[in-house]
Amino acid sequence: MPALTVLYALLFYVAAATLVGGVAWKSWVYARTPQPLKIPIPPAPTTRRGVVLRVLLEVTLFRALFRSNKWIWLFGWLFHVALLAVLLRHLRYFTEPVWAWVALIQPFGLYAGFAMLAGLAGLWARRVLVDRVRYISAPSDHLMLALLVAIAASGLAMKYVAQTDIVALKAFFLGLMAFDWKPLPADPALLVHLALVAALMFVFPVSKLLHAPGVFFSPSLNQVDDARERRHAAGWSAKIVHVNRARGG
Amino acid sequence: MAAFETPPLGEYPVIPPVREGTMAHSKPFVAKADHQNPLGFPGELVPGWEKVAVTKLGQLVQQSRALQVFLDSCVKCGACTDKCHYYLGTSDPKNMPVARQDLLRSVYRRYYTFAGKHFPALVGARDMTKEVLDDWYSYFHQCSQCRRCSVFCPYGIDTAEISMAARDIMDSVGLGQKYSNEIIGKVHKIGNNLGLPGPALRDTLDGLEEDVKEATGVDVRFPLDEKGADVLLITPSADFFAEPHIDGLIGYAKVFHAAGISWTLSTHASEAANFSLFIGSHDHLQKVAERIREAALELGTKRLVVGECGHAWRVAYSFWNTLIGPFDFLDARYPAPQHICEVTHDLIRRGALTLDKSANADKVVTFHDSCNVSRGSRMGSEPGGQFRIPREIIRACVDKFVDMAPETIGETTFCCGGGGGLLTDDLIELRVKGAAPRMQALQQVVEEHGVNYLAAICAICKSQFTKVLPYYKHPMDMIGSVHGLVSNAIVLGPKS
Repeated sequence: MPALTVLYALLFYVAAATLVGGVAWKSWVYARTPQPLKIPIPPAPTTRRGVVLRVLLEVTLFRALFRSNKWIWLFGWLFHVALLAVLLRHLRYFTEPVWAWVALIQPFGLYAGFAMLAGLAGLWARRVLVDRVRYISAPSDHLMLALLVAIAASGLAMKYVAQTDIVALKAFFLGLMAFDWKPLPADPALLVHLALVAALMFVFPVSKLLHAPGVFFSPSLNQVDDARERRHAAGWSAKIVHVNRARGG
Repeated sequence: MAAFETPPLGEYPVIPPVREGTMAHSKPFVAKADHQNPLGFPGELVPGWEKVAVTKLGQLVQQSRALQVFLDSCVKCGACTDKCHYYLGTSDPKNMPVARQDLLRSVYRRYYTFAGKHFPALVGARDMTKEVLDDWYSYFHQCSQCRRCSVFCPYGIDTAEISMAARDIMDSVGLGQKYSNEIIGKVHKIGNNLGLPGPALRDTLDGLEEDVKEATGVDVRFPLDEKGADVLLITPSADFFAEPHIDGLIGYAKVFHAAGISWTLSTHASEAANFSLFIGSHDHLQKVAERIREAALELGTKRLVVGECGHAWRVAYSFWNTLIGPFDFLDARYPAPQHICEVTHDLIRRGALTLDKSANADKVVTFHDSCNVSRGSRMGSEPGGQFRIPREIIRACVDKFVDMAPETIGETTFCCGGGGGLLTDDLIELRVKGAAPRMQALQQVVEEHGVNYLAAICAICKSQFTKVLPYYKHPMDMIGSVHGLVSNAIVLGPKS
């Protein structure tokens, strides 16, 4: 087995474990941390169903962001939807036979690659051109965009500039999943693309990408506005106990 | 205090360009040991405060899912950067909500995250230094915890939670704010923010009974500590003290009188405000709220009604059930605290009040949604009741009502500029500048509709506007209580 294959195989095992383990651990921390008080933000639903709908609208349509700033919404939403399409398109490398709907969306996934780049370019332009956003940007915020742009660009390069052996590539990933390693094609664009994706997987649980699990745990979004109807208690507030007695009594 | 310029109001609101450090000099007076010690806070900066602060931060994050999620989740998208009235009024970038959060987030990252521990420069993580602490003291006292930014945040990140945590940490290392901590001390010691003792309160209420008798010929009572009354009214102590607050109190009394509801105030709980919210102290939040439970039990009242006070209503609506509940001692028909507007609105709807709009014929009214009512509570049983109910009361009392621009009211209302423990003269520059977005919207309805009365249901808003309206060339008595309008319009029949 070529050293390169071994290297990338190990890289992806560790990256996948870091991503899944890190996000699971963080989610567990969020879940077990109590929220002692009710702090829903309007428009707060008064029922659990309403909350489910609210969070769903936030994560699919970015409703608050739409209200907030149309440009950020446009670029941000475009990027995320395109990323989703691209990820789904990549399922073909991990399934045999390829699921019918995955086969169906292949062309869309391709356009999505460009849409993703456009969204990222818009977001990055704002980070540089809008003085307020420039002020709040740390080097890591620029690097994150650079990483995503590089992943998208190297991916598109394999389609349009230097095609890689995708049959061998698929064999490599199916092999990884079955713990039956197959050689990885040694194309530079592919190696760059895969290394960057692994880097993203490593960074995910220790960066602002935690907004992905975080949004589901945000109390201001996922609490029901029913403080008067149901007594809420958690953490320190669960230790408050009242027995009925008059003052001094 | 340095001289400053009132922000000029253009024809349209504009987002100002970033000008760094314009408000770095703004700091409220620091609490002395006399104000710190009674609350259990150190009287001065403790030795090794850096470590104490970092430890406290870690504890707070462990106790609050909100902090945990909010500190991790921000992607610096910039959606909030033009939403804070203090940024819009000062153009200081540290008043952008995300930048304000980052003052604390940078420290959290440094000590509690992998990236911040190993790559601080990359992710903007900072050591807990005196410089950082000074920044905290300055800019976490330039946040009125109004939550406007969080309405616009895709993750619902609530800067108020972060600002409360920062103030809690500062108190724990001995750097407290004089204004809030002195007031909390007074509530514990005397029962209200003003430090008004029981006999003085009785005097004030007697005076009000005489005033109302003189004006209307009707014996409207202002009961205090009356056992067996149905309603215990919890209202901000400002209502006992000054215009325009006191007109509101007279309004509540007239409503109770007209509806034949027996009610009382309490000396022990003669304050609705709970400034412990502002300093993020759970202990004091609970203790101050506990007085209300004690008073209700002692007086045997069956209903709890809260007067016009913004953050008090947030505490009552959102937190009382948790802090001083369950309310199994209340009448089953009114099993939770009610806002005075809910009471009045319900009576109007049932036709129990006679209102004569001509008494307010001279007024063209607009309504300022107070931040804590709008974004920290609700009224009635439907979402949005906190916006609809006060407006319906106003419309029942006046002929001419107009709303300000939609993006400046309702759940996206602008703070008055004086909330969250900032209503102190040592922050007057901040208060005037922070009021600019509200004043901009007000200016528009003044010019287009001849508005001459700004109604509000919050003691802080009323005090703040009384002070800042003249800076924007409006008369200070333009601000008034919603129940001041009710008081004017209500027709009190002779008791049969």
